[in-house]
Amino acid sequence: MAQKERQQAVERELTMSRAMVEAIAHEMRENDEVFYMGEDVADYGGIFDSTEGLLDEFGHDRIMDVPISETAYIGAAVGAAQRGMRPIAELMFADFFGVCMDQIYNQMAKNTYMSGGNVSVPMVLTAAVGGTYNDAAQHSQTLYGTFAHLPGMKVVVPSTAYDAKGLMHNAIRDDDPVVYMFHKRLMGIGWMPAPDGPKTPVPDEPYAIPFGSADVKREGSDVTVVTLGLHVHRALEAAESLADDGIDAEVIDLRTLVPLDTETILESVAETGRLVVVDEDYRSHGVTGEIIARVAEEGLADLEAVERVAVPDVPLPYARPMEDEVIPGTEDIETAIRSVRS
Amino acid sequence: MFEDMVTARYYEERLQEEYLEGKQPAFDISAGPIPGELHLAAGHEAAAAGVCRHLRDSDTVTAPHRPHHVAIAKGVDLKRMTAEIFGRRTGLSGGKGGHMHLFDPDVNFACSGIIAQGCPPAVGAGLAATKRNEDAVAVAFLGEGAISQGAFLESLNLAAVQKLPVVFVVEDNDWAISMPKERVSGVDDGSQRAGGFDMPGVRVDYDDATAVYDAAKEAIGRARAGNGPTLLEVQVHRRMGHFMGDPESYRPDEDKEAAHGRDSIERLAADLRAAGLEDDDLEEIRERARDRVDEAIEWAKDQPEPDPEEAHEDVFVNPPSGATTDEPAHELAETGGDD
Ligand SMILES: Cc1ncc(C[n+]2csc(CCOP(=O)(O)OP(=O)(O)O)c2C)c(N)n1
Repeated sequence: MAQKERQQAVERELTMSRAMVEAIAHEMRENDEVFYMGEDVADYGGIFDSTEGLLDEFGHDRIMDVPISETAYIGAAVGAAQRGMRPIAELMFADFFGVCMDQIYNQMAKNTYMSGGNVSVPMVLTAAVGGTYNDAAQHSQTLYGTFAHLPGMKVVVPSTAYDAKGLMHNAIRDDDPVVYMFHKRLMGIGWMPAPDGPKTPVPDEPYAIPFGSADVKREGSDVTVVTLGLHVHRALEAAESLADDGIDAEVIDLRTLVPLDTETILESVAETGRLVVVDEDYRSHGVTGEIIARVAEEGLADLEAVERVAVPDVPLPYARPMEDEVIPGTEDIETAIRSVRS
Repeated sequence: MFEDMVTARYYEERLQEEYLEGKQPAFDISAGPIPGELHLAAGHEAAAAGVCRHLRDSDTVTAPHRPHHVAIAKGVDLKRMTAEIFGRRTGLSGGKGGHMHLFDPDVNFACSGIIAQGCPPAVGAGLAATKRNEDAVAVAFLGEGAISQGAFLESLNLAAVQKLPVVFVVEDNDWAISMPKERVSGVDDGSQRAGGFDMPGVRVDYDDATAVYDAAKEAIGRARAGNGPTLLEVQVHRRMGHFMGDPESYRPDEDKEAAHGRDSIERLAADLRAAGLEDDDLEEIRERARDRVDEAIEWAKDQPEPDPEEAHEDVFVNPPSGATTDEPAHELAETGGDD
């Protein structure tokens, strides 16, 4: 069944965190080798509800609280994965990658290659990303580009509950290391209200969404908007408001950065000729540049105008007026869409 | 010491009130005059007050994500710190840092919200003092949950082998968010970590500010005299959730009650009374602290917010020319990209 039909066939709506947890629980029931490690993931249920309820069913042996020692436990996940287990390790905020980056990008990501393909590292690294709540520069980054830039790990960024579940099933079953980055603002946590979009119908049964399949979240013929995570919802809002003015924007949700579905983007740009790329990560040397480069390489003839909307190259400021200035809002996206049209 | 402690406690009570404004009835972290996370240190005051009493402005302190009591004891400008927490332009960092990232170079105070990451810079401050033949010392504060971090253990080692004037102060409140100490550390007494680095390790129990004062005097004196680092662990307690809004459902009620039954401020007040101070004297100190805090909060709330454009400043002290941010759309049709 196609995704749209399957979604329409169910009435049950879940938050993104419930959907993620459902996939994890299913995979843990199916496979004893799957376990979850992180700070505050057991009794607390994950600061962002990423493991809510799992302790009750699986106990402390499989939902493991660990000391604040990311190097040790993320590295331990690498080691356990190399022995054939399927660990999920949670880095509470993606911003904390600095204390354990060697284990991520030299061990987790490169061991397959350096072993000539003889070693596999079937683990998932989950991490919360994103700002919009004034937590300043060490707790608000998205860092999609950093992880996607370093070869050897697949990078997943869901924007809805439906996608979150299907991508999590696929992540746990994948034989390669997968970085699964969830935006705090989409999880449906009590203390951080989510926009309307991420809570969607979610089927009970397991289903895997293959990596490298971008999703057209809104069809349109005038402008192609490519984005991911929270900004899918902001782009959809911008598109709806522009529809009143007769501008018909297509919104593509990348869903995975590695692998990247260039095909869907090129097809859309071939129709619209106009491209806006929106990202909550820093502007330079990142996702926006990559998407535009790919379209330029393979679809230059179709391209009439292009614009990118991203965080200017500054750390995330604390105070609200400044944070609002640097994190792209719906209006910034609207302005960009109008500008490629003019 | 007593004044620092009551100032810190009252300060945080007032911050809590302000923080909850706009976040009720449903708690929304991004609402109200103080958004973002807020970690209060009620129950930790003895550690900061007892240690910082021995420090001068020229000594360096690095604080973790729970910094207010340490900042107050170190003499950070209270008004500008408050303005920073309210995200105002006249705040210590012009509204860029916020509550976990307070920087006051006038008194050599800095913070980091990343666990244990203030330890290496404290070692660096100690190194600078040694290289320049100054008798300044550096103190790194961290929680007992942070003693598992590589940055802490590597810092202990570097400070020890270089005999640097650094004191590591572990505030042991038994909890690292939801993780009780026995699940994050094999030893009950974190000061034992010092043994592996051949440096003195000292532990002070029961939120005892006077005992902290005495132990810190020795440790800081040793550092100042060029005799190397010390690890000092201080038992404190956590009176509230890890951060504002933490429901603490993981924490047994007995533990919460036990925490409230132990109050470093009451303990010190009793000591002071025993030493001859009258209740009136203590009340006078409390009064002074309240006035100072109220004044700082009123002042801070009157301060202007930063302009949005200020977000683009301060990335560099010496900004490179041609740094680009928002350029207009490129019309490829005009430049030959369109056929
Ligand atoms: C490297 C890193 N990992 C995790 C966190 C998230 N975190 C913030 S505070 C905290 C617990 C700290 O516990 P402790 O050191 O005992 O200090 P306390 O909060 O009890 O004062 C954690 C895990 C972080 N900020 N940095």
